[in-house]
Amino acid sequence: MSRRILFITTDQQRYDTLAVNGGTLSRTPVLDRLAGEGIRYERCQPTSVVCMPSRSSMLTGQFPSTHGAWMNGVPLAIDAPSVAESLHDAGYATALIGKAHFEPFMDPFGLYAENALAGLGIPTIEQEWFDGRRGVHRGFDYLEFATHGVMGALHYAKWMNDEHPDAIRGFYQVVDRDFNVNAAGGGDSDAPQVKYNPVPREWYHTDWVADRTIRWLEQQALDRDWFCWMSFPDPHHPWDPPKSETGRVPWRDVPLPVNYPESARERESLLDRKSRHWRAWYDGRVVSNYEAPAKWVPATMTADQVREVNALNAVEVELIDEAIGRVLASIERRGWGDDVDVVFTSDHGELQGDFGLLFKGPYHVDALMRLPLIWRPARSTGPAPSVVHAPVSLVSLAATFLEIAGEPVPNWVEGTALPANDEDASRRGFDATFTEWDSSIFGVDVHVRTVVTDAHVLTEYQPGTMHDGSEGELYDLADDPLQRVNRFDDPATASIRATLSERLAAHEDRPGDRATPGVLMAPV
Amino acid sequence: MASLRHERRIAADADTVWGVVRRPESIPEWFPGIVSCTVEGNLRVITTAIGLEIPEEILCNDDTLRRFAYRITAPQYSFHLGVIDVISIAPNDSLCVYSTTALPDTLAILIAGGTLGALGEIQRLAETPRVTS
Repeated sequence: MSRRILFITTDQQRYDTLAVNGGTLSRTPVLDRLAGEGIRYERCQPTSVVCMPSRSSMLTGQFPSTHGAWMNGVPLAIDAPSVAESLHDAGYATALIGKAHFEPFMDPFGLYAENALAGLGIPTIEQEWFDGRRGVHRGFDYLEFATHGVMGALHYAKWMNDEHPDAIRGFYQVVDRDFNVNAAGGGDSDAPQVKYNPVPREWYHTDWVADRTIRWLEQQALDRDWFCWMSFPDPHHPWDPPKSETGRVPWRDVPLPVNYPESARERESLLDRKSRHWRAWYDGRVVSNYEAPAKWVPATMTADQVREVNALNAVEVELIDEAIGRVLASIERRGWGDDVDVVFTSDHGELQGDFGLLFKGPYHVDALMRLPLIWRPARSTGPAPSVVHAPVSLVSLAATFLEIAGEPVPNWVEGTALPANDEDASRRGFDATFTEWDSSIFGVDVHVRTVVTDAHVLTEYQPGTMHDGSEGELYDLADDPLQRVNRFDDPATASIRATLSERLAAHEDRPGDRATPGVLMAPV
Repeated sequence: MASLRHERRIAADADTVWGVVRRPESIPEWFPGIVSCTVEGNLRVITTAIGLEIPEEILCNDDTLRRFAYRITAPQYSFHLGVIDVISIAPNDSLCVYSTTALPDTLAILIAGGTLGALGEIQRLAETPRVTS
């Protein structure tokens, strides 16, 4: 019998939403307790600040430029390597319950398994694996999917359609008549992607994901090893949690984010010190990411809208924390409590009003790049609680899971297992992380590479339709933790920039096989 | 309005490639995710693997140009134009170009994504030697 693994992800949740990380809006006692018992990471970075590339990195242990799913809408190759396959081979029962998103969600021709399984009424299918064998879908022998709301062909939407069809109209309509992400406002402040949803809490997808996870766990034999990826779609927009819960965080009492200057002039001044695409988006001249509503102009966002979005986001974070608590209680009831490693993180962050912006895009600052990450090793291993300050990356998760399972790490894995403490991080060279962005949609090409150390963030913009290859951003995390002062062209920081630029070049030239970059098949 | 294009170099005569695509009713054989279709005159209705029925009007089916052009007439589309061109490069060497122009833009990306797989199937069928008795 090995250590079992509960891998919990959320979608679009930033570091400072957890109380243990200094957040003040949400109560997160379950995650705070896990952090206190285990390892809390102060600076965890995604490999990409959008879902599909980031999630594909979790599964493959590879950067997007290696696994080939470089943007939302670009499917991860069906024969891409998968840590779930390795664990399946090692005898683990493997499940993914909730949001997957390795394959495009918009799928009119029914090309992708993720969209087909609910309709077929089966928990998985056999596909070709990266090593030529055939096996369960991406290594998971049980799959039950959900995404934001009730659209599409996924299991949660089918369940809602079958069991509670009258409740569907209570959700926010995620896309508009033009199949763009909806810019329509709601709530009290007319904020985009906001709605007070009359759905009963127990029918909302957060509780559904937890319920399905508990059901799957109860079906496993007591002596079975298992790897369960429980993947909550929230707190990603739309912000439409059950109305019954929204009184937890009265939005009018929510303080504005420290990085949201109320003065438009100050916001614009901050944006003008960054690369040109920041201000261009703010002014509504360019949208470089499908998931930012095409018809929404950030400059129109009011302070009250920021407050209301952040209040509803905080409600969703609390519901997730309570759902995790229920799942952990069920694990204790099964007698597995001492033998389960719990890993919690998110795929990327959310701007949440920082710099006057909302949603996400090619903007590599802490709002999108600094993530919550907690690893509570199995209690039977006698873990020493710690806080890791060194930069770590989600690319390390696959190797971490294999190390927990006592399995060798294949050579296709680029990341190394997460450090247990700062000494371990120092000894094993955790001193920099890398985040990539490549997008090409609606005639706008943006290509970004970022390196983060414990002291600096360097972003370089490669040639595209917005940049000529000479622009960048350099922030000093000690002097400027809010990343407001761009020192890219400051002569005083030239040597720092040169050193970090060499790190970026080395990342681009790193050895190893790369998959052929995938093709954009859908907007998301 | 979004306009996208995918193309594929195919090791087959242009007439062979054109033979794969020229019959309107053949589309389920080479467009992944289209499971059936009906054709009446210049009207074609395709059915996708998820059960979507999409009506189309055939605008051009020119054996001389080796061009097939059609438009989706479903109400979700303000505009659509799909064009398949088969261009001869040399004996046993052709270029097949599948263009999609549509409004809303999002739908152009979705349809164009499907055409990429279609080009792969057109290539496979054109390059597969025919069994002769």
